[in-house]
Amino acid sequence: MPAKPKVPGLIKGLGVTMGTMFRTAKNGANTVQYPHVKETPPVRARGVIALREDNCTACMLCARSCPDWCIYIEAHKQLAPPRRAGGKPRQVNHLDRFDIDYALCMYCGICVEVCPFDALFWSPEYEYSEPHIADLLHDKSKLGEWMETVPEAPELEAGAQKK
Amino acid sequence: MIQLAVEIPYWGQSLLRVLGGLVAVLLPAGTIVYVFLFKMMSFMQSRLGPMEAGPYGSMQLLAEVSKWLQKEDIIPENADAKIFKIAPIIVLASTFLLVVVVPFGPDAWFTDFQAGVFYALAIGSVSVIGILIAGWSSANKYSYLGGLRAAGQLIAYELPMVLAVVGVVIQAGSMNLQQIVVAQNTQEIFGLDWIGLPFVLTQFVGFLIFMIAVQAELTQAPFDMPIAESELVSGYMTEYSGFRFLIFFIGEFATAGVFAFIASILFLGGWGVPFSWFGWESLDQVENWMNVVGPLIMLSKMMLLVGIIMWVRFSYPRFREDQLQRFAWKVLIPVSLANIAITAILKVAV
Amino acid sequence: MTMLNERQQLSYIAAQAADARLNVELETEGMTLNIGPQHPATHGTLRIIARLDGEQVVWAEPVAGYMHRGYEKLTEVRSFPQVTTLINRIDWLGSFANEVPFILAAEQLMEIEAPPRAQYIRTILFELSRIANVSLFLGDLGVQMGAITPVFMAFRDREYVLNLIEGATGGRFHPNFDRIGGLKDDLPKGWIAETKQVMKKLRQFCDEIEDLLFGNEIFQSRTRGVGIIPADVAKSYGLSGANLRASGVDWDLRRDQSLPMAWDQADFKVWTHPDGDSWARCWIRLQETREATKIVDQLIDNIPAGPVMAKVPRIIKVPEGEAWVSTENPLGEMGYYVVSKGDLGPFRVKIRSASFNNISITPWVLKGVYVPDIITILASLYFILGDIDR
Repeated sequence: MPAKPKVPGLIKGLGVTMGTMFRTAKNGANTVQYPHVKETPPVRARGVIALREDNCTACMLCARSCPDWCIYIEAHKQLAPPRRAGGKPRQVNHLDRFDIDYALCMYCGICVEVCPFDALFWSPEYEYSEPHIADLLHDKSKLGEWMETVPEAPELEAGAQKK
Repeated sequence: MIQLAVEIPYWGQSLLRVLGGLVAVLLPAGTIVYVFLFKMMSFMQSRLGPMEAGPYGSMQLLAEVSKWLQKEDIIPENADAKIFKIAPIIVLASTFLLVVVVPFGPDAWFTDFQAGVFYALAIGSVSVIGILIAGWSSANKYSYLGGLRAAGQLIAYELPMVLAVVGVVIQAGSMNLQQIVVAQNTQEIFGLDWIGLPFVLTQFVGFLIFMIAVQAELTQAPFDMPIAESELVSGYMTEYSGFRFLIFFIGEFATAGVFAFIASILFLGGWGVPFSWFGWESLDQVENWMNVVGPLIMLSKMMLLVGIIMWVRFSYPRFREDQLQRFAWKVLIPVSLANIAITAILKVAV
Repeated sequence: MTMLNERQQLSYIAAQAADARLNVELETEGMTLNIGPQHPATHGTLRIIARLDGEQVVWAEPVAGYMHRGYEKLTEVRSFPQVTTLINRIDWLGSFANEVPFILAAEQLMEIEAPPRAQYIRTILFELSRIANVSLFLGDLGVQMGAITPVFMAFRDREYVLNLIEGATGGRFHPNFDRIGGLKDDLPKGWIAETKQVMKKLRQFCDEIEDLLFGNEIFQSRTRGVGIIPADVAKSYGLSGANLRASGVDWDLRRDQSLPMAWDQADFKVWTHPDGDSWARCWIRLQETREATKIVDQLIDNIPAGPVMAKVPRIIKVPEGEAWVSTENPLGEMGYYVVSKGDLGPFRVKIRSASFNNISITPWVLKGVYVPDIITILASLYFILGDIDR
């Protein structure tokens, strides 16, 4: 049990609120005035998923591992010019459609994690709310635009071991 | 009384008084809401409060008022519509009736009432009727409980309030609020003639009881059991929306302002400065410029008292209904009775 | 009715008698008050049906299920890595703590163990989510009783913890950071130093709350002697966590069971309180927040070097078997009974969430109390709707 306080709790409580008031007046508030001032989210923050289209092979791993099936991929096979002169033309998957429906997405990050070709990245960007829910379906060009906002992966804490 | 330079016809005086009453009620209410509810509370909670409407959010209240005015005036199907509609008006009317007896300066009063204290305390409890019928007519169990609680609480705290004032009345020897102000500014204490005799020094117990009772009358925390938003969902105000809620809202803060005016008259010397500063000896000698300075002095005293009321409101959790009643009947009323007895004995003895 | 205490028994009899007398003489009857599902005191959609006699509760019953999301069933159609994204959302205030027991159960079935570094970081994040959860409780307590300032202080200081969790895991509320065999990633640089600072701030916050709320005589008169739950009743209703410890039962799974977590490396006190009233429950939680900051401080300096992920196959198939793991979550004991048939996903998962059991005592404890006390008792029992309805 705590010792009986010498100052009555009623007075102490008034002191706390008054103290906070002066601290706010002196040091400024703990809040930020959002549209004018913005907080920078941490580097790892899961804001929006960016797509590097060149890396995607339409392997469908992300679409299959998504817990709420919000990734839509369509692709067709086409022949690409051979790597070496005189070689046979290669058969590649060309991405027709890569949509993520952010109205469904739970921001779990499994798709980014399973992608074997480093085509998906997290960006901490968060300001993409829309008046119409259908506009939350980002197609591959929009997802590609997010690539500019993807930060470098942070350095790790001491004692960490690279995988 | 010093006569005004210009002779104003009776209807003109009435008009001036009505306008003055509106200003005296609504201006303090707006100031209280902005300074305390918007800004002081926010700063106490490490935030800035409204910042967008006007410089530092000073126009926020106007924005809120226009929002409320646009809203639909919803009346529940089972409600007793007529009574439901007039309830908020009764509450606000009691505030306007209350401000009538408050003197703001040597001549700046609405009506010079001989039994002003008596009138103020009586009319202050008219709002109970408004609250009770608001709770009853809403056809909502929460409102009903809230209305009953409010009635019980306001009646319980009316008594200590009256008893706390009796000490002041005994000391001033008058029930006229103007005379009480004069009494505080012409007498002296400890031989210090520059301080006058604000009754808060001699009637400190009475002042405390009066402020606690005011806190309860205004249903501010820790006595906000009737509106208890976390259990009764704002009690008697639950079903109100639009401008009827706005009237309740204005009523709440306007009443806070008016009660603080009354408290500053009873205990802090009202509009006056100690008359010895300027060599005045009675009310008749007070110069005309006090009619301008007086209201400003009143306003600053009112802000101080409302500041304390709001500070407590933002810091304390609320009582339970039975604790609240017990506090009124078992603590406040005996203490205030003792206060009256002691004051009376000293008055006779000294 | 042996479990009723004397006051409750008397008030119950009195209420019954009053009811009967009124019914006979005045032909009036008690009022049935529906608290919820939409009501500020139920922080969510819990419904409590209370029969009142005046302002006294004669009979009360909680009705849960307005927010049932069927997580037990949903896990059956998810693979093991996907399940953590769902169970994040059970107790949404302490979400990392939800993942841990499930992952431990899966690890137990696969017979692997996370490397020590992962165990330490898990424990630290677990305690951080406890702080994030309980600090909000401390603020919410004020709001339930009409004091509006504490909740803003709680939100202010919880923000630091959430920023920490976000900095490490990427998600503020739904970290989804735990993986079978370890963690998704290591900590970013500078995180440890920041955590130490935040822990200092939170201890300050605890002092502030103690001055502002717990020391307040009105708060004490509202909570002391209200909603008393004796130890045997608490046990028989399956209470856990701070609610059980407030009844004087010294039971903490962090200390009492050995799991591949780092709690045994930290020195902390398990607080108990003999009274079992609302005050005891609130006070225990305040102390627990302080203890949690101490645990974090102790562990964070001693995180061993090494990998954060054990060797696990890329496609996780959990061998056939059954496992039950429960941990001491912010709200109480939370456990997962995982049945696997050797598939990609679990065959059946039973989630034991603390709040569901904690509110099951409400019919007992609300009998004979006043309407305002319903709110204090519910607040002090501290439930999260997601944790009740799953």
